[in-house]
Amino acid sequence: MNAKRTDKIATGILYGVAALVVIILLALLGFILIEGVPKISWHFLTAPALAFEAGGGIGIQLFNSFYLLFLALLISLPISLGAGIYLNEYAPQNTVTSLIRTTIEILSSLPSVVVGLFGYLFFVVQFKLGFSILSGAFALTVFNLPILTRSIEEALANISDSQREAGYALGLSRWETVTKIVVPAALPSIITGIVLSAGRIFGEAAALIYTAGQSAPALDFSDWNPFNISSPLSPLRPAETLAVHIWKINSEGIMPDAKAVSAGSSAVLIIAVLLFNFLARWLGKRLYKHLTAE
Amino acid sequence: MSTILTTENLHLFYGKNEALKGINMSFEKTGITALIGPSGCGKSTFLRCLNRMNDLIPNVTITGNVQFHDTNIYAPTTDTVQLRKEIGMVFQQPNPFPFSIYENVVYGLRLAGVRDKEKLDAAVEKSLKQAAIWDEVKDRLHVNALALSGGQQQRVCIARVLAVEPEIILLDEATSALDPVSSHQIETTLLNLRHDYTIITVTHNMQQASRISDRTAFFLNGELIEVNDTKQIFMNPAKQETNDYISGRFG
Repeated sequence: MNAKRTDKIATGILYGVAALVVIILLALLGFILIEGVPKISWHFLTAPALAFEAGGGIGIQLFNSFYLLFLALLISLPISLGAGIYLNEYAPQNTVTSLIRTTIEILSSLPSVVVGLFGYLFFVVQFKLGFSILSGAFALTVFNLPILTRSIEEALANISDSQREAGYALGLSRWETVTKIVVPAALPSIITGIVLSAGRIFGEAAALIYTAGQSAPALDFSDWNPFNISSPLSPLRPAETLAVHIWKINSEGIMPDAKAVSAGSSAVLIIAVLLFNFLARWLGKRLYKHLTAE
Repeated sequence: MSTILTTENLHLFYGKNEALKGINMSFEKTGITALIGPSGCGKSTFLRCLNRMNDLIPNVTITGNVQFHDTNIYAPTTDTVQLRKEIGMVFQQPNPFPFSIYENVVYGLRLAGVRDKEKLDAAVEKSLKQAAIWDEVKDRLHVNALALSGGQQQRVCIARVLAVEPEIILLDEATSALDPVSSHQIETTLLNLRHDYTIITVTHNMQQASRISDRTAFFLNGELIEVNDTKQIFMNPAKQETNDYISGRFG
């Protein structure tokens, strides 16, 4: 009787806590979307920002966010994949590898503003890259590397050892077992990890303020030569991203419609991150089905 | 009968712990040999020595000889990749890759560089027929192997081994995770294969050993106590320990 009652109370409390979390989350999301979605229009998504007048858009910021995301993943993915494979498939269990693991853990809990300041001193000042897309991409790599490495390592660790044994018993070498069996089998969760980390990168502001800069100079979208400074592809131009833009207009925005621009930008950012999450689930499921069944 | 595989004074140490204490045994071409004995007696360890699967475990030291045809498989020049194509292995837990049945069976061939679709198709049909599962899966070869039942998965694993045309097949308690009906199907499969392959199977199931094997070896505490024709071992064992074990006095 007593145990039963305790169980009921505990269940009730747990339901309450879960409901609280969901309510807070929905309220937050709802507020941002209700405030922001009416401000979104095709003009808003494509027009350049205006500093002193109303009616500016976020076209360049949006492009910068995606371009930085692309570059950051381009740099961090091969490194993370290699590190994850090494740690899970090759590394012996000794002090050196446990030191590597501890380092990765510390790095992954580093506040992003610290990563930003490090990036400023290291990439912007020391390597003279200036406030540029490249500096931002490197800072994002530092920010992303530990988390992506761990998620890849975990994805590989979830593949049962009997799969590896099956590979060896068929006469596969260790490298073949890793590349032809373990990685394909882990691919759905690796992809999910990549897309989720893309969401984090996309919304990151603090690591970029001092590295990719806070200005979005006008771009010439007819010039795709990455060596021209006004080309959208130029990696050496400063590039304010969407998340940085939100921070900036809220701290020092002087355009008359700053509030509206901020709300619209926030909604776009949230929607993009949500899309990344849904994409991750969909892609992971789809890939798993594709790899495992018809 | 010619001998295909011989072990001479085979010792294996896990660290300092001696798990195999000098095994001398030979296997003839074709036929089924069952390795029996209580848990921890070294029979699985011995089986894994025969295709060098123990190499993958850290802290293992192996001394002695394992002669396969004319070569010592522990010679430094041995290509373990090639060796394991000639000596295939089936495990306790069915472990198909999370790909289609077809892809599972042709995996070894693809890696060996076979591209010809007709050849692959033919190998799939032949191997699945040999493993006695063709009729059950011929209409859904491109379905995920993980969607099959445990017994079917295990037969797909056997087909996967057969596809690379090994000479010897090692089975490490291959039926112990399966229900009696599936076990029986695997036994029938093995009986059909015994004329063409050397089959060495570790089993805890003594009825199974007596039903399917031609020869039986009894292991105890890392030593080979007795090896003989299966009938002899079960009807008239030479050693007291063997008699005690098969009559169920221990183990």
